[in-house]
Amino acid sequence: MSAAEEVVAEGHQAVEAVPKRAMTLGTGTSLVVLAALIIAPVFVKNFIIFQMTMLLIYGLAVLALNILTGGSGQFSLGQSAFYAVGAYTTAVLMEHFNVNYALTLPVAGVVCFGFGFLFGQPALRLSGVYLALATFALATAMPQLLKLNFLEHWTGGVQGLVVTKPDAPFGLPMSQDMWLYYFTLVVTIAIYIFAVNLLRSRSGRAFMAIRDNEIAASAMGVDVALYKTLAFGVSAAITGIAGSLGAIAVQFVAPDSYTITLAISLFLGMVVGGVGWLPGSIVGAAFIIFVPNIAEGISKGLSGAVFGVLLFLVIYLVPHGARQVAILGQQLAGKLRKT
Amino acid sequence: MELFTNQVLAGIATGAIYACMALAVVMIYQAIDHLNFAQGEMAMFSTFISWQLMQWGVSYWAAFLITLAFSFVAGIAIERILFKPLAKAPVLTNVAGFIALYAIINSSAGLLWDFTIKQYPTPFGSAPFLGSQLISTHQAGMIGVTVLLLLGLYFFFQYTRIGLAMRAAASVPESARLVGINTSWMIALGWGMATAIGSIAGMLIAPVVFLEPNMMGGVLIYGFAAAVLGGLTSPFGAVVGGFLVGIFENLAGTYIPGVGNELKLPIALALIISVLVVKPAGLFGRHIVKRV
Repeated sequence: MSAAEEVVAEGHQAVEAVPKRAMTLGTGTSLVVLAALIIAPVFVKNFIIFQMTMLLIYGLAVLALNILTGGSGQFSLGQSAFYAVGAYTTAVLMEHFNVNYALTLPVAGVVCFGFGFLFGQPALRLSGVYLALATFALATAMPQLLKLNFLEHWTGGVQGLVVTKPDAPFGLPMSQDMWLYYFTLVVTIAIYIFAVNLLRSRSGRAFMAIRDNEIAASAMGVDVALYKTLAFGVSAAITGIAGSLGAIAVQFVAPDSYTITLAISLFLGMVVGGVGWLPGSIVGAAFIIFVPNIAEGISKGLSGAVFGVLLFLVIYLVPHGARQVAILGQQLAGKLRKT
Repeated sequence: MELFTNQVLAGIATGAIYACMALAVVMIYQAIDHLNFAQGEMAMFSTFISWQLMQWGVSYWAAFLITLAFSFVAGIAIERILFKPLAKAPVLTNVAGFIALYAIINSSAGLLWDFTIKQYPTPFGSAPFLGSQLISTHQAGMIGVTVLLLLGLYFFFQYTRIGLAMRAAASVPESARLVGINTSWMIALGWGMATAIGSIAGMLIAPVVFLEPNMMGGVLIYGFAAAVLGGLTSPFGAVVGGFLVGIFENLAGTYIPGVGNELKLPIALALIISVLVVKPAGLFGRHIVKRV
């Protein structure tokens, strides 16, 4: 049985087991993608650079969900809540305390880590659909909580907060958009490398053991409670950093930007990219950013239906997302080499 | 005290709707082990069909029955055409399929019937029930229909061959197949029944929330919540969960200061999560023992 067929055959498990090695791209391919990401902005307009920045930001958020679901097998529909906390941390720090934008990212990460870790505690006892509902509740509650009266002084209530876009430092001859793109790119690469190493480390192996068989993992001495909450914390921290980058890029935070729709988009991004395949996060992010636009272009009134049909097409053709395409490509390349 | 009884009764009435929705959710969950995120939109579409029939001059009960039949067939068709090919795909891919279905139905309904709010008739009238100020005849009717539906389902699953076959196919598919049950069609039947039950919920709540493509959004969330609270493996639990959520939501909105309408939903969800943390299988759910 070929690798792709094997992937299809084991579909009955809650979250399919992805071997550690199959989670990333090879070094050569990674370098090509990286080079393309570095060179691309030189040739395009500012608006496209902005969209590429958003692509990286959503890619980060999808990556975070991928660590949680693909890594530790926990399912979350509440990522928009962590994204919102990150965005608001940055906005409040920048606007009320005049903190440098770059310094707000680690703060957002730490705040969200704590938030995610705490949320992971009660979520420990839940799994599958029950966990989905709990995280879903978190996501529905978040916009309402941000609108609360006694927080209004800090959060700006329904109006939200405006965030100033940073200039390029050291007098570099770059537009704000381009500077922010490279800044985001550096952060993304750093977090991607961190994620790859995390999943290859002892903790990553513990995550995967829990994903594949919780009882067996605990029998082997994995502290299930600790690693499950840890996965939640790390995932929330990365989502939070994506949220703060998003706040800087969009220059605006408001409660209604962080509804359940965002959480569902991130989830779709993960499925389209391939659950547990980290490079797929960027493919998934591209899907959730560009496909709605394409759908709108095809038919204004029926954009939702067109989006749904396109999504159905993708999941029929490649039920395992971009990862399946990558595996097929690798096999094809292998066959060509042999002949 | 009168405020309290009032709120409890109103809660029971909306709870009846949540109970219907939760019942539909549990039906599909039993058949295919997934939560159907498009359930609310399917119910909304059915409700629009019945509205359209009435616009064309069909009487209420005739439209009601035609819609039931239509929903049943449509549910089976959706399973056969869209979700049967995905049966072997990973669970999360199936969830993405439900989200796609949601988008398709919502957008098509918007195009067919636009987003303006429409009045929907009630067969029971809106006069006070039996001269009481506490509850309207429509609310009483909603409770009555839900109870009838529940009894009907109970007899169907307990005393008919098909009901038994469906239960067998849902609990142990392999063994069911061995004794000659066509499990694939039992799943389709589950879809059909769930869609029909959902359409009843839609037609009952439409006079309350008015008819428009997004009308089921909130109701579905409460339906999920109710199903999970009562236990996803128990149709009876789902109904009890529905009533509990309805009552709690009303009481929280009235008695907890600062909650109002805005925070009702988060509070209701918070309650459910607290229940789940204590009793992870829901109030009436079967606790599934996992094998290593």
